[in-house]
Amino acid sequence: MLAFTIRRLGQSLFVLVVMSFLVFLGVFAIGNPIELLVNPQADAIERARATAALGLDKPLLEQYAVFLSRAAHGDLGRSFVFNIPAIQLILDKLPATLELAFCAMVISIAIGIPLGLVAGLKPHSFIGRTIMAGSIFGFSLPSFWVGLVLIMVFSVQLGWLPPNGRGETVMLLGIPVSFLTLDGLRHLAMPAINLALFKLSLLIRLTRGSTREAVLQDYVKFARAKGLSQRRVIGVHVLKNIMIPIVTVIGLELGSVIAFAIITESIFAWPGTGKLLIDSINQLDRPVIVAYLMVIVTIFIAINFVVDVLYSVLDPRVRLGAAAAAH
Amino acid sequence: MSALLEVEGLRTHFFTKAGVVKAVDDVSFRVERGRILGLVGESGSGKSMTGYSILGLVDEPGRIVEGRIALNGSDLTRLDAAAWRKLRGNRIAMIFQDPMMTLNPVLRIDTQMVEAVLAHHAVSRQAALERCRAALARVGIPSPDERLRAYPHHFSGGMRQRVAIAIALLNNPDLIIADEPTTALDVTIQGQILSEVQKLCRETGAGLIWISHDLAVISGLADEVCVMYAGRIVESGTVAEILENPMHPYTRGLLDSVPSRNTPGRPLSQIPGMTPSLLKLGAACAFRERCPRAIDPCAAAPAVRDVAAGRTLRCVNPVA
Amino acid sequence: MSVAVEPAATPAMPAVREQSPWRRFVAEFAESKLALLGLAMLVVIATIALTAPWISPQNPYDLAQLDVLDSKLAPGEQASSTGKTYWLGTDDQGRDMLSGIFYGLRISLVVGVSSTVIALAIGLALGLAAAYFGGWTDAVIMRIADIQLSFPAILIALVLLAMLGQGVDKIIVALVTVQWAYYARTVRSAALVERQKEYIEAARVLALSRPRIVLRHLLPNCLPPLIVVATVQVAHAIQLEAALSFLGLGLPITEPSIGLLISNGFQYLLSGKYWISFYPGAALLLTIVAINLVADQLRDILNPRLKK
Repeated sequence: MLAFTIRRLGQSLFVLVVMSFLVFLGVFAIGNPIELLVNPQADAIERARATAALGLDKPLLEQYAVFLSRAAHGDLGRSFVFNIPAIQLILDKLPATLELAFCAMVISIAIGIPLGLVAGLKPHSFIGRTIMAGSIFGFSLPSFWVGLVLIMVFSVQLGWLPPNGRGETVMLLGIPVSFLTLDGLRHLAMPAINLALFKLSLLIRLTRGSTREAVLQDYVKFARAKGLSQRRVIGVHVLKNIMIPIVTVIGLELGSVIAFAIITESIFAWPGTGKLLIDSINQLDRPVIVAYLMVIVTIFIAINFVVDVLYSVLDPRVRLGAAAAAH
Repeated sequence: MSALLEVEGLRTHFFTKAGVVKAVDDVSFRVERGRILGLVGESGSGKSMTGYSILGLVDEPGRIVEGRIALNGSDLTRLDAAAWRKLRGNRIAMIFQDPMMTLNPVLRIDTQMVEAVLAHHAVSRQAALERCRAALARVGIPSPDERLRAYPHHFSGGMRQRVAIAIALLNNPDLIIADEPTTALDVTIQGQILSEVQKLCRETGAGLIWISHDLAVISGLADEVCVMYAGRIVESGTVAEILENPMHPYTRGLLDSVPSRNTPGRPLSQIPGMTPSLLKLGAACAFRERCPRAIDPCAAAPAVRDVAAGRTLRCVNPVA
Repeated sequence: MSVAVEPAATPAMPAVREQSPWRRFVAEFAESKLALLGLAMLVVIATIALTAPWISPQNPYDLAQLDVLDSKLAPGEQASSTGKTYWLGTDDQGRDMLSGIFYGLRISLVVGVSSTVIALAIGLALGLAAAYFGGWTDAVIMRIADIQLSFPAILIALVLLAMLGQGVDKIIVALVTVQWAYYARTVRSAALVERQKEYIEAARVLALSRPRIVLRHLLPNCLPPLIVVATVQVAHAIQLEAALSFLGLGLPITEPSIGLLISNGFQYLLSGKYWISFYPGAALLLTIVAINLVADQLRDILNPRLKK
């Protein structure tokens, strides 16, 4: 188990380094790098000075080494627009995005798995088919359009929920969170539901598919032949088997939820990293883009690593090295 | 004293989109305490489905449409779901064919054994574990504690099947149904398991139904035999009677297709044709198309009749 | 000594009348009314997309045809000059929404389908190569695919577009980059399973040439999962393109796709002029739903593990 974990950790670090190199290449090596690192309004003298100061006349690999060492110390440049370190900008906005992503995941898991189980256990019943039809609808909906419709209905027509922004925050363990205040919840409601919709549908379908396959397996028949209650057969035997693919997907989807939050944040003007990214792209604030990419890549790799380890915990067949008891 | 298990006129049909599949069509037999009944037939003859019917494990789109299944005198077909559950794994236990598929791969052996005990007896986990250890010892698995903490994929095929047998024995059932449990194992292990099961049966006094397509296995193991074809029992009797004096042409054909040391050099004969589709069973005898002894009256499906004490036959033109 | 009692083994189910696989496939597909509905919708949408220039009441990108006095009219209102009815209203420039949607669908479908086809070709080639050659080729291709697949498509596309700028070709490049890995991985898994099977051994023993083995034997068996993935991916590609256009990074204003139409109308939402965003979105939704209905049925038919 430990060997497996260490091996995965090593692989993760490797991927991190590779990605950092790709980001570096993409931003620093394509085109004229000086354009990317210096305020576009700088004149020729400032550019020459910046070129020397930033070491852009040095060989590529040396620049990469400098980049890496700076990154390891958390220095990813300064934002052109706000003139503060880019990493700080990202980290300031990260709690808002993570809160949104987390709420969306909770909603989709809490609703998705039970609905998927029902649909999988009774696939041809009315409720089973309704759930499936609903789920097709759910992930066909373009999320930005859903956001618009939500605003239309709940803000414009009914006036119940505010159409943009984040609500009041309180400090929880040193991080500002808004889901603990009523105002915060009112602001969270629509963005979180919007973001959750796609994942919810995916989760329903995945759970349904896994459940349908699982109940056809012989071990379910055997469990019933032992006289186990239906609750135990589904709740323990089936659930533990379907949890493996589901947990994997949830873990991987967590990363993509953070990415999809970019759209939701744009629609609802939610002050998170996604909105920051779009604004930065439009304003050509490259250091912020770089900082965002590096942070996101790190988060992703960390998530993948955790999911892998979790997978091996859940599926005993994956754990190598356990002494196989033979005859 | 009534028989341990009496099955009368059992019919289990599957109502599919393509039509009605009569998987089990008028099956009757008895199993006495401490005796072993062999149920022989090709794949598709309905033998496994008979086993599932006795346990009440027939899934949609199938169901038992008719018949009486009496365990110690009480009719099981009248039971509701809760009563069935109390019976399964407790008074009637089943051993399946492929233990790799029947043991849940992500749960430990002790979990899967203890739950079988706890489902029927309100005892402590410790007490349940004790029972499991005893059951494992009985099927010849040494150092049970280590095995209990393991997962199914750590075991070999023979070992897994022993575990499955141990699970069947946990609650001292009156009746055990074994559905081809040795088919997936190699021959030497098969022999071991067969003799152990036979011994266990005699010791505990449980009745055993052994389902197989292998006549040789049945002949070495069972006391009585029922031969099934296309969902019906075509002949039944004691093993000695059936082997030495088969009356149904199908049974005769089976025996003739088996090479035997007693008649070296004899060319093996084959039963021509194919098993009929269970969807399209007409009014005639199911074996008619392939029977060398078919005569006109065979166009009306023959009923089962007693030809001697404990001997039944479904044929109007038997061999000998 | 064990002897099987099976003079001639047969399954218990009836032998199906010998239908050609194609007819069986069509029959199974038609079992789902929803899937047929989806297929019908797709045909309609595709027809609209193909014939947009001829069936639109107005060419919304021909400035001469626009009358700014007609801007922001609600659905059902009439043009001030010609008296024609704007069935779905107009946008802030006086463009007929219905025509805008027709043209937008056209662009969205073209971009979505062509990027899928290109990604399919690339992914197929790479996946087959990885499966057939194994070893180093396999490891490199799959590692790249895995790393890429562990990042969400939208992120990769965003970054690519930020670097490359706007334009139809750049969008297609971004979409292809994001998609090829799915195909490569699907094809490789299917091909690997097939490769183990005995008939490939037989073909090799017969010394058939490599391309022949790959094309005639491996390929047809990889097709079922590939078809399912490709169908779903068309929907994803269209959605992704719409999202990117909505964010302002997708197709340029000269080729307005549905996403751009929606984002144009966003600013008018709070003042109640919902139709400028709503109807394009509804059109997009119907397209995606139709594709997914079809894909769902395909997946159910072609999934071997559900056949019991």
